[in-house]
Amino acid sequence: METAAKKQKLVVIGNGMAPGRALEHLFEMAPDTYDVTIFNAEPRVNYDRIMLSPVLSGEKEFEEIIIHGDGWYIKHGITLYKGHRIIGIDREAKTVTSDAGTTESYDKLLIATGSVPFVLPVPGNNLPGVLTYRDLDDVNAMLLAAQSRARAVVIGGGLLGLEAAAGLKSRGMDVTVLHIMPTLMERQLDPAAGYLLEQAVEGRGIRVMTKASTKEIIGQNRVEGVLLADGTTLPADLVVMAAGIRPNALLAKEAGLATNRGIVVDAGMRTSDPEIFAIGECAEVGGQCYGLVAPLYEMARVVSAQLADDADAKFVHSETPTKLKVTGINLFSVGDLGEGDDRQEIVLRDAAAGVYKRLVLRDDRIIGTVLYGETSDGAWFHDLTKKRTDISEMRDTLIFGQSYQGGSPLDPMAAVAALPDDAEICGCNGICKGKITGAISGKGLTSLDDVRAHTKASASCGSCTGLVEQLLALTLGDSYNPSAVTPMCSCTDLGHDDVRRLIKAKKLKSIPAVMQELEWKTSCGCAKCRPALNYYLVADWPDEYADDYQSRFINERVHANIQKDGTYSVVPRMWGGVTNSRELRAIADVVDKFAIPAVKVTGGQRIDMLGVKKEDLPAVWADLGKAGFVSGQAYAKGLRTVKTCVGTDWCRFGTQDSTGLGIRIEKFMWGSWTPAKVKMAVSGCPRNCAEATCKDVGIICVDSGYEIHFAGAAGLDIKGTEVLGLVKTEDEALEHVVALTQMYREQGRYLERIYKWAKRVGLDEIRRQIMQDEVKRRGYFDRFVFSQTFAQVDPWSERVSGVDKHEFQPMARIGYQQAAE
Amino acid sequence: MNWIEIGTINDIPRRGARCVNTPNGRIAVFRTMEDQIFAIDDHCPHKGGPLSQGIVHGASVTCPLHNWVISLETGKALGADEGSVKTIAIRLDGDRILALLELAAMAAE
Repeated sequence: METAAKKQKLVVIGNGMAPGRALEHLFEMAPDTYDVTIFNAEPRVNYDRIMLSPVLSGEKEFEEIIIHGDGWYIKHGITLYKGHRIIGIDREAKTVTSDAGTTESYDKLLIATGSVPFVLPVPGNNLPGVLTYRDLDDVNAMLLAAQSRARAVVIGGGLLGLEAAAGLKSRGMDVTVLHIMPTLMERQLDPAAGYLLEQAVEGRGIRVMTKASTKEIIGQNRVEGVLLADGTTLPADLVVMAAGIRPNALLAKEAGLATNRGIVVDAGMRTSDPEIFAIGECAEVGGQCYGLVAPLYEMARVVSAQLADDADAKFVHSETPTKLKVTGINLFSVGDLGEGDDRQEIVLRDAAAGVYKRLVLRDDRIIGTVLYGETSDGAWFHDLTKKRTDISEMRDTLIFGQSYQGGSPLDPMAAVAALPDDAEICGCNGICKGKITGAISGKGLTSLDDVRAHTKASASCGSCTGLVEQLLALTLGDSYNPSAVTPMCSCTDLGHDDVRRLIKAKKLKSIPAVMQELEWKTSCGCAKCRPALNYYLVADWPDEYADDYQSRFINERVHANIQKDGTYSVVPRMWGGVTNSRELRAIADVVDKFAIPAVKVTGGQRIDMLGVKKEDLPAVWADLGKAGFVSGQAYAKGLRTVKTCVGTDWCRFGTQDSTGLGIRIEKFMWGSWTPAKVKMAVSGCPRNCAEATCKDVGIICVDSGYEIHFAGAAGLDIKGTEVLGLVKTEDEALEHVVALTQMYREQGRYLERIYKWAKRVGLDEIRRQIMQDEVKRRGYFDRFVFSQTFAQVDPWSERVSGVDKHEFQPMARIGYQQAAE
Repeated sequence: MNWIEIGTINDIPRRGARCVNTPNGRIAVFRTMEDQIFAIDDHCPHKGGPLSQGIVHGASVTCPLHNWVISLETGKALGADEGSVKTIAIRLDGDRILALLELAAMAAE
């Protein structure tokens, strides 16, 4: 056994994606070699900076883009100083010092200070309201500004600027993009593709001004507008500068290291001081600085090898494809797109379909690719470029893509299957097909998350996720279960939670809008997704959404329960299960008049009339309505019954007015739609005659107040309730029950009963929000009350008055006489 | 077989259906999102559920009783289920809907 050598001290300045990746490699290659200390100027852990745009647009939460949680630092024994900016490097003493006064010594130092946004040197550029787009703090500042739904001007029509503009737009701001060049993203796109992109961006309601040179940011105490060189003034409450980045080499320069645009390093990522390395956007290697993640990860690989004493590891320049992360805009660009006498090009345009493809060729080889609208062949074209494949044989059909070569079928799976093992799948991480399929079969991986964890493929920008899933399907065959997230139905790959989140984030307010924006695969959905979407929209936009009856199940469309023979059953409300002779007489009369074949008392303390013909429904309701009945909604994914016992009115054990509370709750909450049915009960004492402890929500009255229960079930599953908490007064009981129901309305998946929802989100979390967090509880309560102002319309009286009367009568009756004519 | 007028397009909501009662039983007439009109027997091949009461999506309907999905074009059950329901030929004359119905035999009574 060898004696453990003393560990060397590695200090890392910066905690972005490049050093995070380098440390991962290092711990793999040379564990226990270094004691690592990281100084992070940002007060947080390492996250995926590329995914800030989805956070801005609301498609992702910050928690979803964290690369290394706190646990990772602990596991590897890393000391992480959050919010410490290094202000000096003493190369003599081999120490670094932070702005908080912490000094650490190092054996090896890794500088990864990234870049700083370029701020236009114009007057007013430091006014409050002028932001850059670089880190989570910038995103949070933009989100704050977006709440006012005011006007934003984004300076810069490149990748970052357009993503920022799309994000701000989806947050409800009025957005203008200023770009100094004649077309957008001119560094990555040719003018034709730039023009198409401009059209698409404007199609989203974002104004684009090209050849717009900013002269001044105007405003007294904060930004009020932008003045252009041509004299135009644009009013603005927020200005985002996204006009490029500069390598952050200041610290290195002050320490006397060789710097140019960036910190000059050799191919081994070593600076002019052999003990100091630099990687990431701050580094300049071979005269070039990099901003896309793929070369930065390559630097990480090289530096970790060097730190593990592999002196041969060298950084090699390669072209990286560019992709825009704006949902619904597909764009791929790589290589040399310039024109020249020695070059030829192949162009395909389909204006109607919004497709533009251009390949730049030299000596029968592809040197540049622009794809707009239809980008699935990007990986293949890029692969041909990297391998310098002679394309003269397939030149006539080349532009149509891989599936048109050699007569192979138009199947995307076949296209992926045909890719060679060394074809690059994940551009960000430089992962080729063979490495992914090898990991899947070699390590027994079965899910996308597994592949991401083991190979990093699709773990950064995520745009190759589809390809990776196809590789999983190819390698595993039928045993591949596409993802842990079960899609809502076969019309979409999104799960219920994603759909609910995106409806809110993108402010989608109709079923066609949801299907369009979330790229539904069918023209008008199916019987699974349509009722779910209808519910989500009703719940999220009670005042604005127009209920789509054609997307409701028949019972909710005709407000009765369909029976096996096509007749219906009708259940009027009996508040709290209490009735009287007048009501009973009215029911008896209706039963006689319409010859209703069966009458039954339900488990929810009311009366069911079964076997009503559909044509008779409006007349049955009209008669019941005259007696004061409203629909019992015994068919609804909504509030059904509130069962009660007789409480203090009659019972010698009763502790509170359980009947009165039950009626109060039912009158307050009837008409509300919920993800699945909601049955409630109020018992007047712990003997629990109303069986409140197997309901979705139940209340047990006790001497000291009201014990609120929830998450019970007595159907397919039998489950006793959980205790939410004890409150003192009837008013509090009502408020807590209503808030709980609203929380469920906002978070539940369609057809998910309360007990399943509660299991999913956690009982403690529900208790915390409803019992302890008064602000949250009040918020839920108020939103429920607001929603009820649109919900408490008796559907029966509405139908009796003629709404949707087409539902109830045949369109025609073809009789014998007519046929004889 | 006769072409018999059974109503107009506007009588049926988009993604909806209406019934027509005939001596040979009830038929369900559907209007899709794209304004195509189809007619089939209002009787699911599974347990006889009223297909006219189902949710209409694309050119198919989901039965309200047990969620069988029936193609409006062919009358055949889609997916794993097997069975089919009779389709009725439809002709449009402007907004008017005409159905090819077999009524002569009954009319002789």
